[in-house]
Amino acid sequence: MNMALEKPYLDVPGTVIFDAEQSRKGYWLNQFCMSLMKAENRTRFKADERAYLDEWPMSEEQKQGVLTRDLNRCMAAGGNIYFLAKIGATDGKSFQQMAGSMTGMTEAEYRDMMLAGGRSAEGNRYIGEDGDAQAHRQPQGQAGKIKTGAA
Amino acid sequence: MAKITASVFTSHVPAIGAALDLGKTQEPYWQPLFAGYEYSKQWMKDNQPDVIFLVYNDHATAFSLEMIPTFAIGTAAEFQPADEGWGPRPVPKVIGHPDLASHIAQSVIQDDFDLTIVNKMAVDHGLTVPLSLMCGASMPEIAAGAKAAPVAWPCPVIPFAVNVVQYPVPSGRRCFELGQAIRRAVDSYDPDLNVHIWGTGGMSHQLQGPRAGLINKAWDNAFLDQLIADPEGLSKKPHIEYVREAGSEGIELVMWLIARGAMADVAENPKGVAQHGMAPKVAHRFFHVPASNTAVGHLILEA
Repeated sequence: MNMALEKPYLDVPGTVIFDAEQSRKGYWLNQFCMSLMKAENRTRFKADERAYLDEWPMSEEQKQGVLTRDLNRCMAAGGNIYFLAKIGATDGKSFQQMAGSMTGMTEAEYRDMMLAGGRSAEGNRYIGEDGDAQAHRQPQGQAGKIKTGAA
Repeated sequence: MAKITASVFTSHVPAIGAALDLGKTQEPYWQPLFAGYEYSKQWMKDNQPDVIFLVYNDHATAFSLEMIPTFAIGTAAEFQPADEGWGPRPVPKVIGHPDLASHIAQSVIQDDFDLTIVNKMAVDHGLTVPLSLMCGASMPEIAAGAKAAPVAWPCPVIPFAVNVVQYPVPSGRRCFELGQAIRRAVDSYDPDLNVHIWGTGGMSHQLQGPRAGLINKAWDNAFLDQLIADPEGLSKKPHIEYVREAGSEGIELVMWLIARGAMADVAENPKGVAQHGMAPKVAHRFFHVPASNTAVGHLILEA
């Protein structure tokens, strides 16, 4: 990382900004995703995901992120959500299902949050506040309650 | 002489396109959203432009990571709706206006904005969803059996794609000044054309990470207020405020400043001397939460 570049967005909780550094790291992961815009590639991928991924010079971490459909892991490995959305489209998932999957909430919990006006910015502007997107409050929803024994 | 007579601002959520294409407009979830565009569809018929200059962003569709143009102007004769992974939207192909587009490219580049010129490009939901919202069938027409999509779009469209996918995206200031340059370019085009400029994307939304689902109604409405009354002041807002307050994908809103910068009340000559016209009239304003992950905002400003 070049320290001369200003990156004021690193202190936003629960958020990866897709900058030049992430883009370099995720180049092949994102280009793999792009290949899924062709129907014949979607068919080949679905027939043998591992074999299809092995055709790409991706890191093992990136491949595992895809195989487990862990989009947070893919983002950390340089993925961009608009590219990762091609995996969701291949799986028949909506953008809401994909976005929700990154919070730990169930599909219904996430949909209900959106219907109630979405996630508040309160406590979620800076790392170290106490909003629901902060690291110490993950995973969210029922999954989080089970984790802490509150359910 | 060509003239920019109006600007239109709207979110371009892909789920809105899916709701239209799958016949869900009457469902309770979607009905309030589409109701907010009923006025707009009639307004389009009453104020039919000759050309729409449509500012939007490509979502890893025409541009992968192989090429990431910051500003790309479509100068082709036509543009096909893209297959974004679930087949192309069942909407008409987009007819371009190569002559005006080339004129704008030449003028704006000579005005120090280094555009990428694109002669072949598929267009994704960022461009087609706003066209559907403004030019598709009205709710009574759909209820009476009409298809949501028209047989053809009402006029030629010049696609103008802005990179808001890989950070850093252009600054609000740069977008606003580009809008001013686009106005000068249109003003210097001889044929008498009525041109509308549209800014799309936003409003608050975040599609990724544990912070996904962020919505900020108060910030969005303050943005709309300032876009109307003080766009130059708004253009100074730094990127980080969009990210922090309106979510990582809320940054799309910088594109609205291109369309706003092209209105008469903030016009400048090439030397930067103000030639301000009248403040625009707010013909329509609408705000709704949610459409999928996103807050939907919509404005129509008449010069």
